[in-house]
This record gives sequence, structure tokens and C-alpha cells, in this order.
Amino acid sequence: MEPKLKTDSAPPEQKIWQHKHILDLDDFTTAEIELVMQTTKAMHEILSRPIKKVPTLRGKTVVTLFYEASTRTRSSFELGAKNLSADISNLTVSSSSVTKGESLIDTLETIEALGADIIVIRHPHSGAPDLASKHVKASIINAGDGWHAHPTQALLDLYTMLQHKNSIKGLKVAIIGDIIHSRVAHSNIWGLTKMGADVTVCAPSTLLPKGIENPQPHFPKVKVTTNIDDAIRGADVVMGLRLQLERQQNGLIPSIREYAALYRITEERLANAAKDVIVMHPGPVNEDIEIASSVVHGSRSVINEQVTNGVAVRMALFYLLTGGNRDE
Amino acid sequence: MTRKIIMNEADIKRTLARISHEIIERNKSTKNIVLIGMRTRGVPLAKRLAANIELFENASIPVGVLDFSLYRDDISSQNVPPIVQSTDIPTGIDGKIIVLVDDVLYTGRSVRAALDAIIDFGRPLSIQLAVLVDRGHRELPIRADYVGKNIPSARNEEIQVYLTETDNVDEVAIIPEPGRED
Repeated sequence: MEPKLKTDSAPPEQKIWQHKHILDLDDFTTAEIELVMQTTKAMHEILSRPIKKVPTLRGKTVVTLFYEASTRTRSSFELGAKNLSADISNLTVSSSSVTKGESLIDTLETIEALGADIIVIRHPHSGAPDLASKHVKASIINAGDGWHAHPTQALLDLYTMLQHKNSIKGLKVAIIGDIIHSRVAHSNIWGLTKMGADVTVCAPSTLLPKGIENPQPHFPKVKVTTNIDDAIRGADVVMGLRLQLERQQNGLIPSIREYAALYRITEERLANAAKDVIVMHPGPVNEDIEIASSVVHGSRSVINEQVTNGVAVRMALFYLLTGGNRDE
Repeated sequence: MTRKIIMNEADIKRTLARISHEIIERNKSTKNIVLIGMRTRGVPLAKRLAANIELFENASIPVGVLDFSLYRDDISSQNVPPIVQSTDIPTGIDGKIIVLVDDVLYTGRSVRAALDAIIDFGRPLSIQLAVLVDRGHRELPIRADYVGKNIPSARNEEIQVYLTETDNVDEVAIIPEPGRED
């Protein structure tokens, strides 16, 4: 029989958390998401202290491996790890052996041989973190892979909504923009629907995934519209998405100007939303294309809060992955 | 061997009243005292002590809540880390007399973690420790300043503290665990 931990007052034992890796939210239970939210709240309190540092991850090594540019995500992972006293190394792909033709698996095995306990990966190809998780013993956190998933962004979005709305259940959330290419949208749809939100996605039909309006056995059911006013009407949360400007070159939208005219989130359009609507965006924002400048910098915007909450969420995930002996 | 009740509701009430008086007596007044309850059951105990002190001395004592999970020395040795909850320390502990409150003092490791956590918030004048039960088996040089009851116990026994606020009953029990190893 396993000896019990010899502590003065045993903490509440939790058997909720089962993850060795964070790849997407599709395999998260509602209890696990709730645990992340609760842990994030505790981490958020640390960020308000004079000394924003606890010794929890002392002796652990976190490596970030970003094959794409990033400001917010990478910085918040780094700050989160440092706040928990982990050693962190940021591997810059452009100056690594990747330029000599080193494969992803080779790079990962090298990082692991150097002692990484947690590897944070951003990669332009969907599925790269999943592949990584099958080749290393370290925990893998997906910091965004291709068009597939961005689970930590979705979790910080959920936490931000909870701060303002108390509960996700029954919340009307409108996600507006390039749905088909947005890993943020995909992970948010998983997280929000699992927690009982009523999700509407809105985009020009060229930027909507094929068949999203039909019930999918492998994807959550959401409402779909190409009309932004229908999407925003009565919404508690309006989330804009970044429009990659090359979408116009690919012929998916006639022009940036036309897209902005039809899909920009403006003060006028928000007048039909719930009175206490909040406006979110994963950043960086193309101001006056996805969201009007006045909205970005207005009282309904929680975009900067999302950035702060990103640190707390990533701290929570690092903490939850620190258990010793989980095997998949 | 069956579960044995060591303290009942009246015992706990009397014990906490005594500890409240001892805190006042030792510190010569209620000035500068801050009670900090260690989660989980140290929190209601701290609140009860504060209520007693208010009753005896007509003085309001700030009560804080401390979750020391992030300072534990055994997180990596567990399959899943313990649930961490929010900490709420009254602002400005510099120069204050902190009385840490917990239900059971055993190895001393939780108290060590709590001391590290407190010191991250500032530089108190002193830190004292109040516990409802001291069961011995210390693994660190830590002792309590205020002890409700010393309960000599074997390592393979378990001390259970139940409080109305968390468990709907006030009771301290000792239960044997024949299958448990050291």
C-alpha cells in the first residue's frame, strides 16, 4: 500500500486531473476545466502580490520551442514559468539547428536530453504537438499548431469570461472572423460548449469550415451565420479574430475594406448586444478591420485583461502538470 | 480497533477559548495581532479564535487565509498536485504579530511551507503557531506556541479533525490504520 503523505494537514485530494500533455480542449472534462479555472484564480492572486514568485517549480525546466512568431503567448509562458521558479530556456528556431535540417523529433529529443520537464511548442503544422507527445517523456503544451488548436488561449478566454460573467453556462458567445483558419476559435468552441455556453460563429461563407452548420459527431454543435448583426444580437460576449491579411490574396475575401464594412465589430453593432457585453480578441488586433479602434480601447474591451490572465492560466497549467508519475 | 473520539464539541469550544486567552496574555494586548488560518480547517479555527478574542477583549482581529500548496516540498512526488485555492492575507503584515492557525501539527512540513509563504508577504514582527492538536512525529525543528491538545499517536494511526464549518460536526477522532506503512 502506498504510504500517505506525511503532512500536518492533508490537502484536499484531487483525482480530477488526468493530463500529462495539453494538446487541445477536446479531451478535457468539464471538471478538469473547472479545476484549471480554480487554480488560475489562485495564480491570479500571486500576480497581485509584491513578490510575484512562489517556489513551486524549483528544479523543473521549461523549454519554449516556437516555430512561429509570438509576443503574448511566448512572453506569458516565460513569465508564468519564472513566477513559479522554474528554469526556462527559449529556443529560437531561426538560430537553431533546425536551419541545418534538424527534424522536429530530433530537436525534441535534444531538448529532452538537456533536461526539459515541460516543452511548450508553437508550430505552423497542425498536429505537431500531438506528434511530439508521442516521442518524448516530457509534458507537451500546445501553444498553437497550424489551424488546429490553441488550448491555453481558450482557457484564458474562459477565465476572462468567468471574471466578468460568473458562469459560462448559458452565456451567449459570438465568435466573429476567420473561423476556418482560427485555432483560437476551434479551441474556444470546444471549451465553451463543454461548459454549456451558447456559441454562434459568424464569418463570410468562404471563412467558415465546410459542414459546420450540420451536426458533426466529432465537433461540437454551434450556431452559424454570415450576418454579424444576427450574431451580435443579445450576445454576452463578442470575440473578434485576427484576419490574416493574405486571405485576400488567396481570394477568400473580395477586399479588406469590404470585409471591414461587413464584419467589423463597431459601437453601433454592439448596441444590439447584451447591456454588459464584453469584447475579446486574442491579439494582435488589426484595428478598424476586425474591431473598431474605439471598441478596442473602450470600456467593453477586456483585451488587456486577457493578456494578464494568460500568465495566470499558464502558471496554473504548469502547476497541474508538475505531478510526478502520470503516464498516458 | 475502532475509531475513538478524543474531543467533542464542548471540548473543542473550551480549548479554543483557552487558546484565545493565551494569545491575549502572551502578547499583552490584541494590538498588532493578525490571525492566519492554514487551509483547510485552520481557517474556521482562526475565525473562531478571532471571534473569541473580540468577545473577551472587545477588539477586532484581522483574519487571513493561507493556502500553502505552492510552497510544499512534495508536489513532484505526487501523481497529481493538490488542489490550490486562493490566499487572502490582510495587507501590510510588516511589523505585525502573526498567529498561524492549523488543525493538526504532525511532521512540521506544512508549517515550514506556511512560514515561507508568509515571509513572501512581508516582514512580520513575529510568527506564532496555534494548533488544535499536536500529534508529535516532527521531522523539522518546529513547535507550536499554543496547543489545544497533545495526542500521542502512532504513525500508522490517523487523527481526524472535523469542524462544523467544513464537516457539519465538531469532533476530533483517532483511527487506526492497520494497513498503512511508514
